[in-house]
Amino acid sequence: MKNIWAICKKEVKAYFTSPIAYVVITVFLVLIGFFFYSLVWWFNSQSLQMAQNQYYYQQLNINQMVYSPLFHNMSIILLLMIPLLTMRLFSEEKKRQTDELLFTSPISVNQIILGKYFASLFVLLVMLFLTGILSIFVFAYGNPEPAPILNGYLGLFLVGAAFISIGIFFSSLTENQIVSAILTFGALLLFWILNWASYSAGGMWKSVLNYLSFFQHFDDMTRGILDTTDLVYYLSFIFLGLFLTHSVIQSRRWR
Amino acid sequence: MIEVENLTKKYGDLVAVKNLNFKVEKGKIWGLLGPNAAGKTTTMRILTGYLPATDGKASVADYDVFEKPNDVKKITGYLPENVPLYPEMTVHSYLNFVSEIKQIPASQRKEAVEKSVAISGLETVRGRLIKNISRGFKQRVGIAQALIHDPQVLVLDEPTIGLDPAQIIEIRRLIKSLKGERTILLSTHILAEVTQTCDGVVIINEGNLMASGSLEELTASFKEKEGVVIKLKKGEKSILSLLKKIHGVDEVSLVDDEFKIEWTKGKDVRDEITKLVVDKELGLIEMRPLAMNIEDLYLKVISGGVEQ
Repeated sequence: MKNIWAICKKEVKAYFTSPIAYVVITVFLVLIGFFFYSLVWWFNSQSLQMAQNQYYYQQLNINQMVYSPLFHNMSIILLLMIPLLTMRLFSEEKKRQTDELLFTSPISVNQIILGKYFASLFVLLVMLFLTGILSIFVFAYGNPEPAPILNGYLGLFLVGAAFISIGIFFSSLTENQIVSAILTFGALLLFWILNWASYSAGGMWKSVLNYLSFFQHFDDMTRGILDTTDLVYYLSFIFLGLFLTHSVIQSRRWR
Repeated sequence: MIEVENLTKKYGDLVAVKNLNFKVEKGKIWGLLGPNAAGKTTTMRILTGYLPATDGKASVADYDVFEKPNDVKKITGYLPENVPLYPEMTVHSYLNFVSEIKQIPASQRKEAVEKSVAISGLETVRGRLIKNISRGFKQRVGIAQALIHDPQVLVLDEPTIGLDPAQIIEIRRLIKSLKGERTILLSTHILAEVTQTCDGVVIINEGNLMASGSLEELTASFKEKEGVVIKLKKGEKSILSLLKKIHGVDEVSLVDDEFKIEWTKGKDVRDEITKLVVDKELGLIEMRPLAMNIEDLYLKVISGGVEQ
């Protein structure tokens, strides 16, 4: 635990002494701010129109009309940003040959991987936490339900955590950070849109593709549904990513 | 303290180290000498647990490197050829990080960092970013990093490479001052480095062991003897006794198809050997002097003129 903490601290410092974390967080927040603004504006104009009709007016739901699409937008932007956060994790160590220090120190490969993983999770948490400021306005001027919002954030966190585990895996494969980022981005996008293929697939394949797709599991969570299937899906994804990273690092050394 | 037995490392088909054997005793400085691509770095990486070996055994302080890597890592300080530095860290925060991953208890960390800063002479740059300090200081940070957990064994891969002559002398002095409690294995391709700082030497070339022993042993074995190696068309065993009969020859041996002839220094018998060869029509193909000191041996290793 102490060792994981040591690595994690070093990585978090590296994120915040280089421009990477600031740039990623800022761009993320600017885009989310823009989406939030346009969604609220749209909701507002809808409310004005519906105000004449009592029945429709009661159907208006800020959770569904603002938060649900906002979470979807956030997840897509995470998909673009996370490869940039994870690309350096192992690639940079290898390029600078600082991995020689880590692997000749009395700490295990697992501890190194977890330390780096938690550091990226920390940056993700900072990103998500800062978007919480937007909700202050919503709660001040409206009356949304908090539970589905928290559930959506949990979904975002899990999606981001799964993204990071894929990113760390690709980072361990190459010493070129750009290659690592592109591979991560490609893989994430593929898993995101896997359910598109399920429209044309039939039978068992349809459900397999649907199950594997990030989108399907995330969609539930933005609508306030917390299902153990989704949790298991994300946790196994994270485990798989970290396990593959471990295998890559071990096999590189044995080759 | 450091023991290597039949160590072999292959990268695919490429054999980097082949059946290497050597032993470094406690408290000594030994040099691992060889030209570039001789297998020095590979050997050191195996000893420090960075790479696994393909075959053979290696142990540090009686801990097997492959079975108990963590015990070995705890007592070994390692300076890789490319000093593993994080340029965006300050010298101090870097050493602090290393002290954490080297398992120094929190209460002793500060003291350990101070000590390694003092030994390596880094007081003036401790607050600066590593990317802004000079090459010589970077090398010293590397040494400080290797020393921080007060290891019993130090493995230094080309510690003076890329430094200017004044810095080289300083680093050598630093290494010598570390001797005593610690056992040090350093690699180099400069012979002078070995003769100036080391107690013993292991010479390797293309992964093969060429010679090993303490400097005294090696020079003593070379001192009183001279010799030649000759290759003959009629290289039969019976010629051994003929060669032995030459007055002044101490030793004759047949290695592969070559005769190694040695005599006491000063009593040159080359004339007699040639005479015998011509008289008996043995057909001389080649005659060359035998490597008679470390320099000769090493020069031959470098120029590629030596088989085992």
